[in-house]
Amino acid sequence: MAQEPIEMILLTHWASYVAVPIWITDAEGNLIFYNESAERILGRSFEDAGEVKAEVLGQLFETTSLDGEPIPNEELPLVVALTEQRPSHRSIRIRAFDGSWRVIDITAIPITGQGGRHLGAMATFWEQ
Amino acid sequence: MRAILWGTRGSVARAGPATVRYGGDTASVEVRSDDGSWLILDGGSGMLRITPRVEEEVTRIDILITHLHMDHIQGLGFFHPLRNPEIDTHIWGPVSTTRDLAERLGRYLSPPLFPVRLREMKSLHLHDIGRGEYEVGPFRVAADLVIHPGPTVGYRVEADGATLTYIPDHEPALGVRAFPGDPRWTSGVDLMRDVDCLIHDAQYTEEEYRGRVGWGHSTLRQLLQVAGLAEVKEVVTFHHDPEHSDEMLDAMLDEAVADVQPASRVTPGVVETLIEL
Repeated sequence: MAQEPIEMILLTHWASYVAVPIWITDAEGNLIFYNESAERILGRSFEDAGEVKAEVLGQLFETTSLDGEPIPNEELPLVVALTEQRPSHRSIRIRAFDGSWRVIDITAIPITGQGGRHLGAMATFWEQ
Repeated sequence: MRAILWGTRGSVARAGPATVRYGGDTASVEVRSDDGSWLILDGGSGMLRITPRVEEEVTRIDILITHLHMDHIQGLGFFHPLRNPEIDTHIWGPVSTTRDLAERLGRYLSPPLFPVRLREMKSLHLHDIGRGEYEVGPFRVAADLVIHPGPTVGYRVEADGATLTYIPDHEPALGVRAFPGDPRWTSGVDLMRDVDCLIHDAQYTEEEYRGRVGWGHSTLRQLLQVAGLAEVKEVVTFHHDPEHSDEMLDAMLDEAVADVQPASRVTPGVVETLIEL
């Protein structure tokens, strides 16, 4: 399997050290890493969850607006960062791996590498 | 294809009786294809030893720069072919996110740091590079970013059915909790994979590295480990610390080889070493 871009290698190393929850996807939206701080909110360790294909992620996590209405996929901050290449922020409810509902603030940014390569997106989130 | 190490020292040139065998000049490697074409890897002070080797009939020289730290470019201003209008000289080097190679290199090759300006070198051609593959005369060159402070690339050179990878400044163990780990998540592996010869950073001892994490360099042990991960055939140690004497470099190599027991052949990066590929 080919080596990942240096920017993504460094990003995952950095994320593994910081105490802010971090979620990283590749350019196709596949989950490639989340850190220990994110594990507490998501309800499962990354060691157990592993990398997850984009098409499966929607089945694992249910998201709604704060008043319980479903959020169209294209309006989710990570999807906006990936598809529109711009930062995005919103407050949402999320049902984590363990089935519990949590209210989080999430901010996502696109990851643009050297030479303008679109490499993926990164999100950080806080539980309210 | 063959290569000769003319500058092997890292960080700063260190001439003296303690560095005679491994050499005191900074990074520069001569590479020649079977048809005699010239490629030079980095323009450190070792480049001055290449000048008298450039034959009169040479009309083109290509220089691949890995990054613009002084120990990799300080020989450029003194490399006579750059001022010879009969020789087309091409410098290939990494851009930053906002500055091209001319602007970045011009910060050194201009007063007050250097008396001659880059633009005064009429037969010089600059090539901005990033990740990618390039045809450089008979050489097929692949460049990729590697972990080192600032935009830094390593090169994989193919010619005459042989492969040579050059990564003089590299810290593949940075931030990794267990090294060596998964090749997919290890910097430099794609450039090194199955290569005939790898010339690579081997600056520190394990003890030194503990106090210099993030400085962008490898230990000798890490080099042998990452070479194993990439199934490299021959490893050449490079970018020796200016504080390390010939005796110390010999001892470091013996200790690392005994510890790792690498499958790769290990060649000490002694100045003037000829690598036949």
